[in-house]
Amino acid sequence: MKVAVLRFPGTNCEFDTQYAFEKLGHTTELVWHEDETLPANIDLVVVPGGFSYGDYLRSGSIARFSPVMKAVTRYANDGGKVLGICNGFQILTEAGLLPGALKRNNNLHFISKHQNLCVINNDNAFLNKCEKGEVLNIPIAHADGNYYIDEEGFKSLEANEQILLRYSDENGKPVVVNGSVTSIAGVCNEAKNVYGLMPHPERALEALLGSEDGIRMLKGFEA
Amino acid sequence: MTATINVFLKEGVLDPQGKAAHHALDSLGFDGVADVRIGKQIIIKLDTNDRAEAEAEVKEMCETLLANTVIEDYAIEIN
Repeated sequence: MKVAVLRFPGTNCEFDTQYAFEKLGHTTELVWHEDETLPANIDLVVVPGGFSYGDYLRSGSIARFSPVMKAVTRYANDGGKVLGICNGFQILTEAGLLPGALKRNNNLHFISKHQNLCVINNDNAFLNKCEKGEVLNIPIAHADGNYYIDEEGFKSLEANEQILLRYSDENGKPVVVNGSVTSIAGVCNEAKNVYGLMPHPERALEALLGSEDGIRMLKGFEA
Repeated sequence: MTATINVFLKEGVLDPQGKAAHHALDSLGFDGVADVRIGKQIIIKLDTNDRAEAEAEVKEMCETLLANTVIEDYAIEIN
């Protein structure tokens, strides 16, 4: 598998993301935000975490107008797979590639810790190696992760099985972490080729460092 | 002309910063605070002197970049 990893001014998870996919045996290529095209023959685009453009105005609001995002939008509209992690999730919602928006955490804190997540839907190219209801432990690190969507939008997310993950306790019961609507931690688009989540699977690859649950998530794209 | 744009979270969308400030005001003894909303103000100086043109231009700026209309409302004042 060949993975394109985007890089904006202020991105800081691009090397971790490359490390993760290379550890799983894939090739990766960094793509600068000013590039107007994506590398040829890629299987996945990852918009990694960080603080693109210093989170000025709103997280992700400026990065979405980068030349490379036009290429990503074309790629996604043609059915290409795109994964946004943390700031990448914020950029994809700002770009309109994913529904909803990410607001400031309810408690206004930057939350950085290991967090249990419950797999809500796995009938997609991302979480197909995880079980529905399975609890994964993945680090989170964000200030603007409070997922918002209006009631009508929420209903269609549920009906189309677009909710990927919820923050939960160790038994899979939803818990309030940042104020997200029904504790949502990740969603996908209706066509199920664009994915976004606040937690960082690329930081959960080694049992020694607390969790290797990220491996199974990222391996999903191999199918 | 100068455009003053106020951007606020929509009614019904919880405003965590407003809520925190509200709690702080309560604990400082300011009674009778019913609600606090925190937004941002953006001031843009424009070359044009044509009010209608300025309004149309700034509205487009808000819809494109300055506000996220999924969660935010905006109000434009042109002087």
